[in-house]
Amino acid sequence: MNEPLLEAVDVVQRLGKGAGEVRALNGVSLALGGGQLTLLMGPSGSGKTTLLSVLGCILTPTEGTVRVRGHSTVGARPGELAKLRRDHIGFIFQSYRLFPMLTAVDNVRLALDIRGEDPDRATARAKEVLLTVGLAHKENAFPGELSGGEQQRVAIARAIVGNPSAILADEPTGALDSENGLAIMKILAKIAKDPSRGVMVVTHDPRILPLADRVIYIEDGRISREA
Amino acid sequence: MSLTFKLASRNLFQDRLRFVATIVGIVFSIVLVTIQLGLFLSFERMVTAMIDHTSADLWIVTLGTKCFEDPSLLDARDQAQILSIRGVIESVPVVIGFTQWAVPSGGVTPVFAIGSDAGQRGLHPWNVVQGSLAALSAQGAVAIDKTYSNRLGVSKIGDSAEIREQAVRVAAVTDGIRSFTTTPYIFTSLANARSYVATPPNKVSYFLLHVSPGTDIGAVREQLLTKLAKIEVLTPDEFRSRSRAFWLFGTGAGAALFAGALLGAIVGTVIVAQTLYSSTKDHLSEFATLRAIGSSSGYIHKVIIYQALLSAVIGFGLAACIGLVVVRSTAETSLPIVMTPGLTLGLFLLTVLMCILSATAAIVKVLRIDPAVAFRQ
Repeated sequence: MNEPLLEAVDVVQRLGKGAGEVRALNGVSLALGGGQLTLLMGPSGSGKTTLLSVLGCILTPTEGTVRVRGHSTVGARPGELAKLRRDHIGFIFQSYRLFPMLTAVDNVRLALDIRGEDPDRATARAKEVLLTVGLAHKENAFPGELSGGEQQRVAIARAIVGNPSAILADEPTGALDSENGLAIMKILAKIAKDPSRGVMVVTHDPRILPLADRVIYIEDGRISREA
Repeated sequence: MSLTFKLASRNLFQDRLRFVATIVGIVFSIVLVTIQLGLFLSFERMVTAMIDHTSADLWIVTLGTKCFEDPSLLDARDQAQILSIRGVIESVPVVIGFTQWAVPSGGVTPVFAIGSDAGQRGLHPWNVVQGSLAALSAQGAVAIDKTYSNRLGVSKIGDSAEIREQAVRVAAVTDGIRSFTTTPYIFTSLANARSYVATPPNKVSYFLLHVSPGTDIGAVREQLLTKLAKIEVLTPDEFRSRSRAFWLFGTGAGAALFAGALLGAIVGTVIVAQTLYSSTKDHLSEFATLRAIGSSSGYIHKVIIYQALLSAVIGFGLAACIGLVVVRSTAETSLPIVMTPGLTLGLFLLTVLMCILSATAAIVKVLRIDPAVAFRQ
């Protein structure tokens, strides 16, 4: 494997304070390489989403190191972490997190707009990506006019439009029926074929195991096994 | 259209009721500020109207005079000494004072008489629409302003009334010489004025001085102060400042107008702040998503500031239209509300400032958003 796109080394994450403090991650080390669809599985409360947040530079680990394309995030300021996220990481959320007042194409374009890209070029690129997720005909539809599966495809388009190194998805099929869930996972598996890009998906859904290149199990804030 | 602007406009217009409340808040606030500041400007102009309409280089006033309407008296015999000063080419005595006007149909009303002789560069009525200045030299001849025709019971040349049981006849009618005290001004000759306000022949209210071109005003002033006792020598600008200071701040009228304007601005700011804050709260999950996907703080602030600016522009547009109607409807009253291009620009900037200040609370709220919220259901 080449240099990891995302890497966590001995990460400890404590959440809460005082008596309510919880050790959500307890010495986790893992690396996300290119061309792989990695599933992160484990019971509720095991630390999956926390690990995703730490790898995505949304949470700063209490101890340990996170590296994005080899660059350590230790000591990085919030603005620097935000830049790492917008330049290198695409996010997909279980509840899509689309902007209800923007059309599909504008929702996708948003990921480029926050980078300050030229509006015309950004729109053309957003339309191109909507085409790859099979939603070219719905580019002017608002999220409220789309089915759950279609909304998640718009969210995937938003995550990949900026060509990030890593795509982190938090239960992207959690709100979808099995048919739509499988369709979404197939899109993600296809994206993960690109050797310059790694995809990590947090999921509970065992039906998508056959699509994965790698499965990491996490329990009580530790990686329990890997397959 | 930029996405930040699109997001801002859609956030703003999404909740119509809240949008209307925001705009109504801004409109009321700006109209209130417009009226208060318009009245202030009008008041400021009116209190110096008499000083503005003379061409004197210097005013000689009694020591401690607070404003033009301050009826203190100077010794008329000082005239000879004044004229003896090198550079002084004309010294015009003026008599002013309050008196009682007997309305022909019955009753009396106070008036403020101003007397100076025609033919001299004294204090004469302007905007004469009927009659002439020369006609004021006749005994009992006065000029009235048509704004006060009803109150005085006279409206045209030849109409007569009485002042202190002396017959007066309208010899000139002016348009737009209004008094901020609501007491009508009447103009007449020096002798008539003396008689109407009971000023002895050896007294005057002011001397208006004209000096020859190139004369050192400071030197003339020094000499006058040396020769004459218990007087002050003021340039028109100094007298204007003194009158304004007295009427606007000495009486509290200006402070009250400013307080009203300030209150309007505060109320507007609070209303806009409240609606922007609640709009931001409604879209917290979207702002959290923006932060999660890596948007800079500046990008998010831009969305909120655009919302504030859009509110400002729409609110100001409507407020300006209402303000224009108010200005037009008060144009012919005794205290018209004045609107100048400078005031309009100032009000627009105030609206923008008010709305941007209002955005502060919303921005602080957004700064505190945890982007990890985006992972929650």
